[in-house]
Amino acid sequence: MAFEITTKTWPGKIPEITLGKDKGGGFRTVTIGGEETLPFHHFEGRTANRPVIALEVPDSDPENWIELAKEPYRDVLDNPVAWAKRAVDDFGADLLCLHLRGAHPDRGDRSAEECAELVRTVLDETRVPLIIKGPGPSDKQNEVLRKCGEAAEGEGCLLASAVEGHYQTLVATAIAYGHYLVAETPIDVNLAKQLNILISEMNLPPQRIVIDPLTGGLGYGLEYTYSVMERIRLQGLGGDPMLQMPMICFVGEETWKVKEVKTTAEDQPDWGDQRGRALLWEIGTAVSLLISGAGILVMRHPEAAAVVRKAVGELMGEGN
Amino acid sequence: MALTGLQIFKLLPNTNCKDCGFQTCLAFAMKLAARQAELDLCPHASEEAKEILGAAATPPIRLVKIGTGPREVTVGEETVLFRHDKTFYHATAIALSLTDTMPDDEIAQRISEAEGINFERAGENLTVNLLALLSESGNAERYAETARKISDESGMPLILCSDDPQLLKPAVDACAVRRPMIYAATEKNWESMAELARSFKVPLAVRHHGSLSDLHDLASKIREAGVEDLVLEPGAGTLAMALENQTLIRRAALEQSDKSFGFPTLVRLGGGDEGPLTVSSAATLAICKYASIVILDRYEPWMFLPLLTLRQNIYTDPQKPLQVDPVIYAIGEPGPDSPLAVTTNFSLTYFIVSTEIEGSGTPAWLAIVEAEGLSVLTAWSAGKFGGELVGKRLLEMGVEEKVSHRKVIIPGYIAVIQGEMEDAMPGWEILVGPEEAGDIPAYLKEVWE
Repeated sequence: MAFEITTKTWPGKIPEITLGKDKGGGFRTVTIGGEETLPFHHFEGRTANRPVIALEVPDSDPENWIELAKEPYRDVLDNPVAWAKRAVDDFGADLLCLHLRGAHPDRGDRSAEECAELVRTVLDETRVPLIIKGPGPSDKQNEVLRKCGEAAEGEGCLLASAVEGHYQTLVATAIAYGHYLVAETPIDVNLAKQLNILISEMNLPPQRIVIDPLTGGLGYGLEYTYSVMERIRLQGLGGDPMLQMPMICFVGEETWKVKEVKTTAEDQPDWGDQRGRALLWEIGTAVSLLISGAGILVMRHPEAAAVVRKAVGELMGEGN
Repeated sequence: MALTGLQIFKLLPNTNCKDCGFQTCLAFAMKLAARQAELDLCPHASEEAKEILGAAATPPIRLVKIGTGPREVTVGEETVLFRHDKTFYHATAIALSLTDTMPDDEIAQRISEAEGINFERAGENLTVNLLALLSESGNAERYAETARKISDESGMPLILCSDDPQLLKPAVDACAVRRPMIYAATEKNWESMAELARSFKVPLAVRHHGSLSDLHDLASKIREAGVEDLVLEPGAGTLAMALENQTLIRRAALEQSDKSFGFPTLVRLGGGDEGPLTVSSAATLAICKYASIVILDRYEPWMFLPLLTLRQNIYTDPQKPLQVDPVIYAIGEPGPDSPLAVTTNFSLTYFIVSTEIEGSGTPAWLAIVEAEGLSVLTAWSAGKFGGELVGKRLLEMGVEEKVSHRKVIIPGYIAVIQGEMEDAMPGWEILVGPEEAGDIPAYLKEVWE
């Protein structure tokens, strides 16, 4: 009996989202979404856009990062604008994730106005789309992201992150200033859907929402995130409009804090060289989430990002 | 595909003769569906029934065993495309390659390194599984001698790699009792390879990097030649192709009951000039998407902890969370004055809490109480993490000897058990910790000073 490929089609489709603003002068945009099939199933459906990689840009010296992760930015640790430019110009980031960690009351309590100014400068200097990540769910985050959203009006930024109990202000900000919103829920399909419904009910169109399923790093719940993403994508393609959003995974912050990455080879000889092990920890997390449906990977180390970028190219059927 | 009791009932004579030992044909059918009885108990079953039931009882993807003894490798018999639908059963076996041109001491060293890879994680031992011996000498005698030596000295099962059946034969002969796998039958050599596998009763890998239908034809011919234990290697020239081929093979086996594709699959990586990180990224895809065996021609010691942890994650049964041993763990180097915290034995909870404690820079004791692998809130709701029980367990574990103070931190989400714990642990102060693990460092900094 000869073999014939049987293909599947789906009633649902992931809407496209274009982040950033095409205003000429070298300003770039990034389009994600547009999948009509499971990740990279080119043999039976269209994957309109390649998943993109955002590099992390902390707004202040990330003293909790390990040396290996700081290495590529050694001379610009407290200069987020220079850091951002390097991430784009030297390391090829498709977009940036500016983490306003310094706005946290425990980490300097930087004012919303200062944050907004930084956002404006980074946008103007780097000319790539921006994910603006606040200091964590709180009134402070609401205030900071509102100011930043205002300063970046019309720039099509992605605000991170709305969570249950702290989403109204962010939704209002996204609507008022033309931004997109990350909706984060703790590794659960139903909770993800519920938050998307709540946000949509405030009149932010579903096409302006990106799902953060919450990333469990390799060895720390990766399998939960992996399966929840597969289920979200299956239900979205199956026709559920409240689960048809592109997905974002914050890979860098979840991988670089774990013991297996931070421990040196001197302390654990049988774990092998720390550098390769740490990079692979980030790559392994990123690649597995890529094939379970991530549209945006937020990564930390440029070398890990480069390997993942190559994997994305191959998965998209380029260079074949 | 499995049949329901009613589907089976329709195939039975429906005479209720009781010859099978059951009261009615329907009762017998139900037992058959539950795999608690065999069809041969019914002397009147038709040929058609035998055929249909026989096919339904055969797993859609064959179970293939390589090697013998405690390190025997079992792959195949998978039943789903997505792990959340049930689980993936037989974790991707990792094979490390070596060549017969390596000096004997290097071979010995590589074997001992491969055997030594063993990481204990969440109650499991993560190891690599196979050795793949490449023939580069072109000398059948040298190859057979090396194969015999490895097979005598190592418990790790072997994959004998050569496309030349003449060269392979003495090696297969030398270690056939250890059940090595032959790699690989191709379009050109398949007849001799099939003969070799059949006569020595060993598994055979089938490689075709062309179209899937070419691989399918080749596998069909080899099946017809009487080889039952096959492992398929489709093309994997790019990650997109690897994903496509692996997906379509698994689908054909599970959804079309395609017999020629009803076998475990293999991916071979690292033979080109790509760096070890790129090889590892391809291995990540292979582990997630359906490869039963990954042969690594290039590897570095640091690759194994990440790759084997990934494999453990993907192959964990979603219904049965991994558990850690319920003991008192030292995080950092705690002393009698260090904080003591308690949580459940759900491995993810343990890993996350211990990581945050470690990151806080404050060494601490983390007592793990058995809770059937459930997370804190779930365990508490299920009555597995009540205050009386937790307090009792902590005392049994000997927390009084570990610390000189009398304070224990409980997870913020179950502040409600504080009172019961105080009753169960007289003289102890029960502190309510943060709800989220991420707030542990700040909590320790503030509260424990």
